[in-house]
Amino acid sequence: MTNSINEIIGAKAILAIGTNTTQAHPIIALQVKKAARNGAKLIVANPKEIDLCRHATLFLQHRPGTDVALLMGMIRVIVDQGLADTTFIKERCDNYDEFVASLSEFDLARVEQITSVPAALIKKAALMYAENSPASILYCMGITQHSHGTDNVFAISNLALVTGNIGKPSTGVNPLRGQNNVQGSCDMGALPNVYPGYQKVDDPKAMEKFETAWQKKLSPVPGLTHTAIFDKIYDGTVRSLYLVGENPVISDANSSHAVAALEKLPFLVVQDIFMTETAQMADVVLPAATFAEKDGTFTNTERRIQRVRQAIAPKGQARPDWQIVCDIAKRMKSQGFDYANPQEIMTEITSVTPSYAGITYDRLEQGGIQWPCPTKDHSGTPILHAAEKGLFATASGRAKLMPLSFRESAELPDDAYPLLLTTDRSLFHYHTGSMTRRVDGLNQLDSEEQLNINPKDAKRLGIADKEMVNISSRRGQVSAKARVSRICPPGIVSMTFHFAESPTNVLTSGALDPVAKIPETKVCAVRVGKQ
Amino acid sequence: MNNVNITIDGLAITARSGMTVLQAALANGLYIPNLCNHPDLAPAGLCRVCVVKVDNKKIAISCKLPVQDGMAISTEDPEVMQIRKSSVELLVAYHPLTCLTCEKDNDCELQRVAHYVGVTQEGMKRYRRSVRTIPKDTSNPFFDIDHSKCIMCGICIRTCDELQNINAIDYAQRGVSCIVATLGNKPIAQSRCESCGECVVRCPVGALAVKTAQAPMREVSSICTYCGVGCGLFLGVRGDRIVSVRGDRNNPVNKGSLCVKGRFGYDFVNHPDRLKTPWVKKDGKLVEASWDEALDLIADNFSKSKGDGFATLASARMTNEDNYLLQKFTRSVMETNTIDHCARL
Ligand code: SF4
Ligand code: SF4
Repeated sequence: MTNSINEIIGAKAILAIGTNTTQAHPIIALQVKKAARNGAKLIVANPKEIDLCRHATLFLQHRPGTDVALLMGMIRVIVDQGLADTTFIKERCDNYDEFVASLSEFDLARVEQITSVPAALIKKAALMYAENSPASILYCMGITQHSHGTDNVFAISNLALVTGNIGKPSTGVNPLRGQNNVQGSCDMGALPNVYPGYQKVDDPKAMEKFETAWQKKLSPVPGLTHTAIFDKIYDGTVRSLYLVGENPVISDANSSHAVAALEKLPFLVVQDIFMTETAQMADVVLPAATFAEKDGTFTNTERRIQRVRQAIAPKGQARPDWQIVCDIAKRMKSQGFDYANPQEIMTEITSVTPSYAGITYDRLEQGGIQWPCPTKDHSGTPILHAAEKGLFATASGRAKLMPLSFRESAELPDDAYPLLLTTDRSLFHYHTGSMTRRVDGLNQLDSEEQLNINPKDAKRLGIADKEMVNISSRRGQVSAKARVSRICPPGIVSMTFHFAESPTNVLTSGALDPVAKIPETKVCAVRVGKQ
Repeated sequence: MNNVNITIDGLAITARSGMTVLQAALANGLYIPNLCNHPDLAPAGLCRVCVVKVDNKKIAISCKLPVQDGMAISTEDPEVMQIRKSSVELLVAYHPLTCLTCEKDNDCELQRVAHYVGVTQEGMKRYRRSVRTIPKDTSNPFFDIDHSKCIMCGICIRTCDELQNINAIDYAQRGVSCIVATLGNKPIAQSRCESCGECVVRCPVGALAVKTAQAPMREVSSICTYCGVGCGLFLGVRGDRIVSVRGDRNNPVNKGSLCVKGRFGYDFVNHPDRLKTPWVKKDGKLVEASWDEALDLIADNFSKSKGDGFATLASARMTNEDNYLLQKFTRSVMETNTIDHCARL
């Protein structure tokens, strides 16, 4: 997030797009709902009529995968009506003319045709966002999990930039991160192309810095991404996989491909807290400690680094992940893995990661700190790109407005697979369910996979509410209980992916965003039939 | 905002204008008995327990009374004592006296108020004792609703409305049969309730109570392990088990609020399925093994697959320190940049 959670309440307009906030980020949803109650204009853009719509001033129900058209259409209205923040654009943005030229593609008649949102509604939303500042945009996986996810994100930042809604309180471009420490794992360089603090592995200066710090020769070649790893396992290049706390057998798009790859893999180590579906395929399974059994830090979606504290001893012979990594490294006779505790690791992190340089465990005793925090006396950065200090991460330090054009999703419904499946999350479960499915109460509240289907489609297919149905795509088939409701419009169905018995990701498409390499789990074509 | 000066029972205190008399008193460490008031919620003025006398003239409900400069408040005026005693005695007369087995024993606002105003057996005899016998709603897996203990303060209803904006519960039926209920008086598990438990933590009596509540022996401040919001919480520990979770009101992220997963979703830590030893595959089957055996096998194999033959998948559930070490290991020991995690999924 460019801005902080507690600023949402101060926004005059909020655009929540591709986020089912009350289900996936309930505590942020509290702020959104409160802001709406206090009079803020809430615009919800989502293919499904989600719970947040009850609180919305406007609801734009666009066809999945048409976010670029919707957002660029809104921007075009804003520019045409003379509502662009020209001062901000002049002072802080590049590429305006070229960008405006690319808007010609997005006249409202065409945008209505693409998105199936009435032109008048799009215009209303555009004016509402532009005329009520500060305005904040919240988004989530509904934006990123597409074969054009990167374009979607550009479209969002275009909208914020054109209206000057960045770098000021209660504005911003605010991705809501899914897992508790996604932000932190990215910050720490658990990515194939960057070291901690997003320092590029193919930048010789960065490489030299880490070679000195770690006293080792390092590779200048960026590594493989998640999806490429499975391809390379499949073709035999990758022979050994160390998999920590992940369950790709359930979570991967087109998961049969992941299973096939793992079956071929000569050596798989899985480190987790339960014998997950993936762990059952491993050669060695290592028992890890849970968050309640170790010390450390998590970094939340607003970049706040907070202390996690050990409450109880690890169960049985389980060990904290950091300790297991040290155990393996030492067994391999490697130097540089002698740490007495996580605090010593944090000291090393801060010495090589400029945005974390000011962090100490002592300071965190007083509460979390939002990075960038470059020095020990820096109080952290609640708002990124604030005018006086924050430059944009481009060579010029100015933000670049991105000309975009609309592309359809990789796989659209056709005669053979006439319905569009989009995935979603439940309030009561988390990711592949390996933790929440083991909490009896959560399981009672939400016990099985459901396929949301519109009454029109259900009637045509002769499907009754609560009937078990088969859902199939070009990649596989699963079964689930039908839930006939108007949450999904005709032609669209949705499922979560929390239930191993109905592994939704057997169906989803492996089409990737060319830049972010995120698979398109939000759009694929399926067929639904009676059992 | 301006300050105003008032007196409470002759004691001069300063309050911010805009405060109510009850807020001013509590902020200055003066207790005025009250039941339907909650600091997170707008004043409701329902229970009539917080009555005071203003300027020796009129009786007023202090939770609804804005402070004004020069106001003289009395909390011990005979008329005040009479009114609030009757209010409390009436509530107690309808309340089951099962305090010792109640989850809220010692932490109950009704006990506190009854004790403060001095409820007596004789006083209560003025009312016909009639504890309500409405069956408990036990449909929610995490908490029960015991209508017989409900004092109709409405704190739960207002929490679900004002703070949560969910509106799962409201008053239903009129007069003596009035209860807190869901739409159509269905069991709460079949309502719009999201099981956040925010009403349960604010219930001043034992009407809303966590099913498996156990008082912790100690609490440890930490962060929720589920989503990226990163809510601050206290893990309650008893022996070697997590037995409770409480939101951290001082954490700027959640200010004490938690969702159903954060508040009630910790049982997986204690679950019997937890991996407790390493396992290694022997003749195609996973069998329990020692750490030494597992580590030797890994070291041996990893040593032979450095570079392009190796890949790491890290986890967005691990700490920063865990992630840092894992990428350091992959890059410096395994000599490859092939490490990724599930942010993309
Ligand atoms: S648990 Fe939450 S949603 Fe349910 S009634 Fe209480 S406050 Fe409302
Ligand atoms: S309590 Fe709920 S909203 Fe807060 S971090 Fe945990 S899962 Fe997320």
